[in-house]
Amino acid sequence: MTHILALLEADRNGLKRSSLEVLTAARLLAAERGETVAAVLLTGPREFLQHAAAYGIGEGIVVEHELLQAYSMPALATALAQLVVAEGARIVLTAANAHGKELAPRLAAKLRAGYAPDCVELRSEDGVLYAVRPVYAGKVMATVRLRTPVQVYSLRPNVFTARPLAEAVPFSQRTFRPELRPEDCSAVVRDVLRSEGKLDVLEADIIVSGGRGMQGPEHFWMIEELAQLLGGAVGASRAVVDAGWRPHSEQVGQTGKTVSPSLYIACGISGAIQHLAGMSSSKVIVAINKDPEAPIFKVADYGIVGDVFDVLPRLAVKLANFLGKPVPERFRQVLGQSN
Amino acid sequence: MRVMVCLSYVPDTATRPQIAPDGKQIERTGVKFILNPYDEYAIEEGLRVRERFGGEVLAVCVGPEAAKEILRTALAMGVDRALLVRDEWTLDSFGVAQALAQVARQYQAELILTGRQSIDFDSFQMPSTLGELLGLPSVSVVSRLTLAEDGSVVVERDVEGGKEVVETRLPCVLSVQKGINEPRYPKLPDIIKAKSKPIDELAPPEGEPLSEIVALALPQRRRAGKILGSSDADLDELIRLLHEEAKVI
Ligand SMILES: Cc1cc2nc3c(=O)[nH]c(=O)nc-3n(C[C@H](O)[C@H](O)[C@H](O)COP(=O)(O)OP(=O)(O)OC[C@H]3O[C@@H](n4cnc5c(N)ncnc54)[C@H](O)[C@@H]3O)c2cc1C
Ligand SMILES: Nc1ncnc2c1ncn2[C@@H]1O[C@H](COP(=O)(O)O)[C@@H](O)[C@H]1O
Repeated sequence: MTHILALLEADRNGLKRSSLEVLTAARLLAAERGETVAAVLLTGPREFLQHAAAYGIGEGIVVEHELLQAYSMPALATALAQLVVAEGARIVLTAANAHGKELAPRLAAKLRAGYAPDCVELRSEDGVLYAVRPVYAGKVMATVRLRTPVQVYSLRPNVFTARPLAEAVPFSQRTFRPELRPEDCSAVVRDVLRSEGKLDVLEADIIVSGGRGMQGPEHFWMIEELAQLLGGAVGASRAVVDAGWRPHSEQVGQTGKTVSPSLYIACGISGAIQHLAGMSSSKVIVAINKDPEAPIFKVADYGIVGDVFDVLPRLAVKLANFLGKPVPERFRQVLGQSN
Repeated sequence: MRVMVCLSYVPDTATRPQIAPDGKQIERTGVKFILNPYDEYAIEEGLRVRERFGGEVLAVCVGPEAAKEILRTALAMGVDRALLVRDEWTLDSFGVAQALAQVARQYQAELILTGRQSIDFDSFQMPSTLGELLGLPSVSVVSRLTLAEDGSVVVERDVEGGKEVVETRLPCVLSVQKGINEPRYPKLPDIIKAKSKPIDELAPPEGEPLSEIVALALPQRRRAGKILGSSDADLDELIRLLHEEAKVI
């Protein structure tokens, strides 16, 4: 019997950050409710499962079946539903990333369990779990209660903090063998096409975004260089995506991606409500815009009123110096010319 | 091919929702409702499948009487039939999925298309929930669809840092994403014709919701709101604030 299951994903480098956040949330919830908790590895090298111990979860479960070798979401959901029943688990937590958002609702439906997607807060009161989730593109926060005995929650990445303990707890691991049939593999991932070397806005801790104020695709190198300097990703407003300056994968906003990085730097973006919908839950927002009345300043923590073509090169040099990194060559050239 | 497209009736993206006196719903009077932006891609993809393989397209919305307006948009774009499952905002997502599943079974849908997310509750759950209720495979957030005569389906779906290529078969449920196609604009004569086309109606399924909204609140975010100029001293101050105050660099 395990009350709470934390579903985890690993890649070559270890457990994903969103999974570490799920682990931390699961441990806190278990402690608050006096319940037992286990970590379940869904994908990735299984030696990484023991990293759960550093986050205070000493029990790991590996779900093992030949048919799970082919990544098939319906098969995985079937396997997990069997695990939930076998363990008598009541609460399942997973990350609200692309995989989690596809898997969790199917798992919930299989179990006739209630599902709360994209939660930013979990709170236990008198044994009842309340989940807070942004709705209407973050313009409203809903407190949701699930009415079923078994409950599934997905947690928005970058919101819950991953906190390793000072000392890892002892760890033990077991294997669960689900019963699967070939028909369960009804949708199978055949290939993964990585966007070469580019960090996705959904996985980035820092995002530098450009809007129409950048005046043309030929100036976006400034955004790219600045993002690279900060180890972040490039984002874009819809105006520049629609104009074909940037790929749709970079679009932030209501009809693009919803991001919550630690730092979001908006350059030449007016701050239309549909753009704010995708980034207003960022921890810190910096706006650079030449119009002091631009709505983006209303949501910004720090604003720079100025022309991006004047500000970005100087800011890049100062940041590079501050971070102890070389000043990107192209910025150096631009500044050389204007002096 | 029998294609079903699912349409959600949502507040316009520019809406600033206010909370109704009961604290559990948004104020709907005076709010403009529209066809969920992603669902336009579902309609377009459905029409393209029909144009290629023959068959018909049914558009379905679970929503109030007024939602007939978006079904008429779908009719004007070219879907063959439209159905409203009447619900005055009482069903939760699971209830909506049950209603859609019931329609899909009756219609014997072979391909069910939804949008990536409904921009009211942004829950991204419909394709998986519907797929499970119907015992069908589903793929979410599809940006490219290749369908063959023999019913095999290859899609690309957006994931963090790239795309996954997923293989499945008809019948199946797919949610679609911007980029899969360019939705057509309905032509004026078709808009006029759509006004007089019949829209079928169905009662919603019975059953208790699995989830409940306890309270809605407007987000309270305090921002530092320090607006600086662009002098060198201002930029130095920005870096200091980001390092010392916000601690993000
Ligand atoms: C259904 C729907 C969905 C939408 N979804 C999205 C979405 O997902 N994401 C999104 O971003 N938008 C979305 N939009 C579009 C949104 O309404 C805005 O049109 C868009 O965000 C504007 O992009 P922008 O800020 O780059 O351009 P603009 O609004 O044109 O703003 C450009 C800004 O740059 C500033 N500027 C100009 N030159 C300079 C300079 N040299 N230096 C500094 N500043 C300068 C200007 O002062 C201005 O504030 C959507 C709209 C609709 C109707
Ligand atoms: N009430 C509804 N009626 C018909 N289709 C819906 C409804 N709600 C959601 N959908 C469909 O499911 C998709 C995803 O919605 P969601 O999972 O709620 O974010 C939408 O883009 C619609 O295609």
